[in-house]
Amino acid sequence: MTRVQLSRRHFVAGSAAALGGFSLGFHVPFQAKAAADAAPAEVPEINAWVVIHPDETVVVRVARSEMGQGTLTGLAQLVAEELECDWANVTTEYPTPGQNIARDRVWGSFSTGGSRGIRDSHDYVRQGGAAAREMLIAAAAAEWDVPAAECQVEKGVISHPGSGRTTTYGKVAQAAAAVSPPAEVQLKDPKDWKIAGQPLPRLDTRDKLTGRQVYGADLVMPGMVNAAIKACPYFGGRLAGFDAQAVTGMPGVQRVIQVDDTAVAVVADTWWRAKTALDALPITWDEGPNRDLSSASIQAMLEEGLDAADAFIGAEAGDARGALAGAERTVSAVYAFPYQNHATMEPMNATAVWTPERCEVWVPTQNGESSLAVAAEAAGLPVDKCEVHKIHLGGGFGRRGNFQDYVRQAVGIAREMPGTPVKLLWTREEDMLHGNYHPTTRCKLTAALGPDGEVSALHMRISGQSILASVRPEGMVGGRDPVVFQGLVLDNPEGSFGYAVPNLLIDHAMRNPPVPPGFWRGVNLNQNAIYVECFIDELAHAAGVEPLAFRRRLMANHPQHLAVLEAAANGIGWNEPAPAGRHRGIAQIMGFGSYVAAAAEVSVTDGQLRIHRIVAATDPGHVVNPAQVERQVEGSFVYGLSAALYGECTVSGGRMEQENFDSYQVMLMDSMPEVETIIMPSGGFWGGVGEPTIAVAAPAVLNAIFAATGKRIRTLPLKNHDLA
Amino acid sequence: MARLTINGTTRDVDVDPETPLLWVLREQLGMTGTKFGCGIAVCGACTVHVDGVATRSCVLPVSALTPEQAIVTIEGLSPDGSHPVQQAWLELDVPQCGYCQPGMIMAAAGLLAANPNPSDDDISAEITNICRCGTYNRVRVAIKLAAADNDATRNG
Repeated sequence: MTRVQLSRRHFVAGSAAALGGFSLGFHVPFQAKAAADAAPAEVPEINAWVVIHPDETVVVRVARSEMGQGTLTGLAQLVAEELECDWANVTTEYPTPGQNIARDRVWGSFSTGGSRGIRDSHDYVRQGGAAAREMLIAAAAAEWDVPAAECQVEKGVISHPGSGRTTTYGKVAQAAAAVSPPAEVQLKDPKDWKIAGQPLPRLDTRDKLTGRQVYGADLVMPGMVNAAIKACPYFGGRLAGFDAQAVTGMPGVQRVIQVDDTAVAVVADTWWRAKTALDALPITWDEGPNRDLSSASIQAMLEEGLDAADAFIGAEAGDARGALAGAERTVSAVYAFPYQNHATMEPMNATAVWTPERCEVWVPTQNGESSLAVAAEAAGLPVDKCEVHKIHLGGGFGRRGNFQDYVRQAVGIAREMPGTPVKLLWTREEDMLHGNYHPTTRCKLTAALGPDGEVSALHMRISGQSILASVRPEGMVGGRDPVVFQGLVLDNPEGSFGYAVPNLLIDHAMRNPPVPPGFWRGVNLNQNAIYVECFIDELAHAAGVEPLAFRRRLMANHPQHLAVLEAAANGIGWNEPAPAGRHRGIAQIMGFGSYVAAAAEVSVTDGQLRIHRIVAATDPGHVVNPAQVERQVEGSFVYGLSAALYGECTVSGGRMEQENFDSYQVMLMDSMPEVETIIMPSGGFWGGVGEPTIAVAAPAVLNAIFAATGKRIRTLPLKNHDLA
Repeated sequence: MARLTINGTTRDVDVDPETPLLWVLREQLGMTGTKFGCGIAVCGACTVHVDGVATRSCVLPVSALTPEQAIVTIEGLSPDGSHPVQQAWLELDVPQCGYCQPGMIMAAAGLLAANPNPSDDDISAEITNICRCGTYNRVRVAIKLAAADNDATRNG
């Protein structure tokens, strides 16, 4: 058990006056079920995290967003574990970003990215549950006039064995809300968990099976109008003009509105009519300064960086350049990773209503507070005159966190129609052309290989785009983007390089093409793992050493990296011959605080790749819901292998060429391998789950393809290569 | 104007005949369970049944439909989520973000109506809906679980 002093902020602030249900003057326009959920406002909260109704319903407030990754359920499990309530009574609700600010950010961060949903908030949400439990017990003890220490609680039933009395959370919740919060609480040792740590079903499945789950794209409000938008598809370009007269008479069309200097929207009674009119609207674009930008020009820019003199250093040991210059045998290779689009299934959207006094936005967002900040700016109103209502996301993958362009646009349109709710929904084409793309990088790796296969030196030069330089320049360190080096830095709890090389240099020549980059699920770990793990495989083959044995020698000082790799290799049967015609590859990396590895088994017949089987191992330290971890690991292969097999956004004439799923192909059922997941939490740390495994998907498969064909694929996607 | 029979009810809808069924469902009829994903009949999020056959509704103008054709949406697959495919999905906790799942469920129900015991190859060939979260393997197992249910072949 861990005794924790409670910080007031995370669950005390402002609670005395607050009611559950959040009906503090906000307009929640959802359909019947959601409206009913929000209705009972007379129940006081125990604290910011917990509201308990007289019917024993336990409402757990969850600040992070649910976008499929299961965090909603996991965070509720952590609160419920300490609360000692009956899991069958648990439901959840989102607090709003405006509430968070009004209450001194009592719920902490709303940001849902970087695989941080649980690992960054497990401590204070558990404290919230534990404090609520103590307050409920104290309320019962006071009613019975007995010491609280003599009371027990199990599944929301409080008892006093000495007198034989019992009561329930629902009965004492009202009184508990008035109890002073404890100054400190004791958190359980994870080995004593009964609700957390269990493979419980998700809390949000049922409505997803019947069509009742409301996504942002589905929102309907009284008096709502619909907007379709086209923004300039040329990077750095602008809207030059449009002929509104050409469409103003079309059915249902109400307004044609310019949105800042880049976009034009048509507002109509229905979205289909808005979109139809927008397609008919004559628009001219000012292509701007990048009209000659192409994939080829970007490639040339990055290739120059591979041998440039200046670069930012991410990891360094010994003297790699000197050791390589004096080496008898060096091996070198250049790899490349293209732009990717997030391609969430639900296109970007937001609904806004604006008046000179107030602005409200309903939006599927990975960061409600980012949405609120952008809404306030676009509304021209102070933050406390604005509010954002979060809605479950139809996929996020990083597109809906930092980037709130759709909120800015929706509010911009709503400002032109005061008092009228406006739903802005992007087409898939708009979504594909206005991504915040997974950045493109190239990497040149050079190693000195000794006579016994020892790697005495390694220089890894990354050339390419920085996300932070574009998106979050305040995160840069002396001009360097530390995120470029995900999984490649030395002795870092977020993601350490797993190999001991005495002379090591990993550096980055920053080359930023004028294409907006973004955090794409897995971020830079994705391509860094391909570069390292495929090149290590190359070195193993060059040294004539079997790839797992080759890695073992380099990983002696990294037992946790090695443990997951050994587990994945064992799982695929690495030491046994593969079935006839099948070949295997392995890969490992550490990222987002977790150790991950994969082993793949493939066959290549007449040039046709088939990925039969993947065994994945992950050590995230602690596991809150193993069933959801399994799903995240499985899903990671769809995301990682979609990119490896097909994913590529190419630039021509200053804009992206891919506009929909016909040209931006993704993995379907027919190419999905079997996935076996080995979860091996070693405790002592909290790592992320949603992203790291994506990074090992491609290198494990690429290494297996080499084993099958002798072809070393160094540029993705695979669809551009002939494997025959 | 279009006359459509949706989930057993025949309705007159005042709409441009070229409007795709998807948008009539979502906007004129307020049935938002059927999703918009791509608009070019590639992703399958908009899948409904037309006379029992899984059909992508985002490029299907309502003028191409007659009142005699039975349209079934995710809202009408069962009154209470009890269709064997929905039950299998619940048992295996298939959805992640869930946005593609109504289309996925309608495609699976359509497949089972035509082929009560699909092989792995049948499933791979017939279920071409896109899921970006990565539910494919659980979708496959759930289809097999639903196939084991005798009711799975009833037309939704």
